[in-house]
Amino acid sequence: MAMAPAHTLAADRIAAGYDGRVILQDISLEIPGNKISVIIGSNACGKSTLLKTLARLIKPVSGTITLDGRPIHSIPSKQLARIVGLLPQSPIVPEGISVADLVGRGRFPHQKLFGGWSKKDYEAVAEAMDMMNITELANANIDELSGGQRQRVWIAMALAQQTDILFLDEPTTFLDITYQVEILDLLTDLNRTFGKTIVMVLHDINLAARYADYMFAMKNGRLVAQGTPSQVITREIVKEVFGLECAVITDPVSASPSVVPIGRHHALHPVSTAMTP
Amino acid sequence: MNQYSKTVTVIKKVRSMRKRRGYLAAGILAALVLALCCAMLMLGSTIYPVKDVIRALLGEQVQGASFAVGTIRLPRMLAGLLAGLAFGIGGAVFQTMLRNPLANPNVIGITAGSSAAAVFCIVILHAGRSVVTLAAIAAGLAAALFIYLLSFRGKSFSIGRMIIVGIAIQAVCHSVILYMMLIARVSDIPAALRWLEGSLNGVQMADLRLLSIAVLVLAPAAIFMSRHLAMLELGDQAAASLGVHIDRTRIVLIVSAVILVAVATSVTGPIAAVAFLSGPIAKRLVGGGMSAILPAGLVGASLVLTADLIGQFAFPVRYPVGIITGIIGAPYLIYLLIRLNRRGEL
Repeated sequence: MAMAPAHTLAADRIAAGYDGRVILQDISLEIPGNKISVIIGSNACGKSTLLKTLARLIKPVSGTITLDGRPIHSIPSKQLARIVGLLPQSPIVPEGISVADLVGRGRFPHQKLFGGWSKKDYEAVAEAMDMMNITELANANIDELSGGQRQRVWIAMALAQQTDILFLDEPTTFLDITYQVEILDLLTDLNRTFGKTIVMVLHDINLAARYADYMFAMKNGRLVAQGTPSQVITREIVKEVFGLECAVITDPVSASPSVVPIGRHHALHPVSTAMTP
Repeated sequence: MNQYSKTVTVIKKVRSMRKRRGYLAAGILAALVLALCCAMLMLGSTIYPVKDVIRALLGEQVQGASFAVGTIRLPRMLAGLLAGLAFGIGGAVFQTMLRNPLANPNVIGITAGSSAAAVFCIVILHAGRSVVTLAAIAAGLAAALFIYLLSFRGKSFSIGRMIIVGIAIQAVCHSVILYMMLIARVSDIPAALRWLEGSLNGVQMADLRLLSIAVLVLAPAAIFMSRHLAMLELGDQAAASLGVHIDRTRIVLIVSAVILVAVATSVTGPIAAVAFLSGPIAKRLVGGGMSAILPAGLVGASLVLTADLIGQFAFPVRYPVGIITGIIGAPYLIYLLIRLNRRGEL
């Protein structure tokens, strides 16, 4: 895989939603190129909707999204699918399909009308499978795999698509902590080795703060904060976004900010603001 | 050579292994269909050897065989073959696209819509054969559109709702058919009855023109689209992010499948359960290494031809083909309902 060129993906005052119900309101942002960005926010605040709108799966009701200055909805869908990919939160698992064939479906936007596999297709699939350590599963059926294995297969499919920008909707949900860290490490490898721009929704705010270069915080369909993790993960913003009283400490491993919730029980003494970096 | 060549070899091996199994299964099915076609031409009140059948087909005058084979058995065989292909392919397209074996022209009342219109034309309007055919096709398309529109709440389409609406439409159509049978002239009943059970009796070459065009055009189209269909299996979001035009693909596939099924129904009547059985059987046989759309057509043809041979020769009385396929299909429907219910997918 070659180094990804820097792309500019930007949203200008977009509003979007489903079935005429507006979920996102007045969002303007620019996705930092060749970086890992994470969108955080409480349940149903519109994180997934924002991700899908940026990846053109939902058409905004108003406002525009541009890729390198071009309105995203004017780009032919196969051409766009070679630059921007999205792994949905729960893709449907087809029955009886081998892992190799499933990863190969990521090659769709690169293939001709009749869809035979070219040498490039084989190499892209092989590279994606090696990177996700699923080569020995090549002949397994996807419906027989464990959750962690399955997630690596889906990410491999998204990798085989070889897009410069990759959106992932909660790629670590339902996984054990070990696999969560493994997946996030693999995504970091992709970003550092190939310069891929990665944008994802994550539930775990502390892992998000550790792995993100840049963060977007959302509440009720609006963007309330954005910046580096230490700019976004503060007592005040966590209180505003999640309605949670917390202390923010420094992660002893990565020196990134880390949220410690306070709650009504177990606090040894009134937590002082001095603990906030 | 590069660093991935080892993995490339592994992938090639997996793919060719699975493909080989698929091609083998498809080849065996094609041979079976061919054998059944021959049997359809050879068997009857007089059994003609292969040699006579071929000579009769080539236009030579063979005592007895020319009439029996050319005028009676050939149209019957072609009707079974083409309708089987059409039902099998149409049904499998529906099932794969909507990711549910119950989402099928048999179950959701498209064929019942065609039947109701045909019976109306025969019993009430006393219309001729071509009017009946056109009405059956138009009603099948209209039923499909009607069910589709009723399956929306607001802007969200639900497959579960479509199946339930479809079953209701089917029940309505059947009660309409039964009512018309009750008020029908006795002389109209045999013609109308065909639309209840599905039969290959009395098909003439001229009746097959539209069906052959539909199968020759739309079956290759559906097979060509099977790669897009495979992408839709991953869900709308994954497919769209991989560059598939999901709405366009869905419309082309649904319209092709509905036309195939409606035109086939207009010739043979609703041959029970074929559209619904073929897809799952074909999928089981070919495995996941290739698309099951063409194999589903071959399974459909095998089912129709086998059932017709059984219906003609296995019992002292002749039964129409739809009765036999219905006997095979009913237990499978019950099995499927139990299995889907257990997995919570109903």
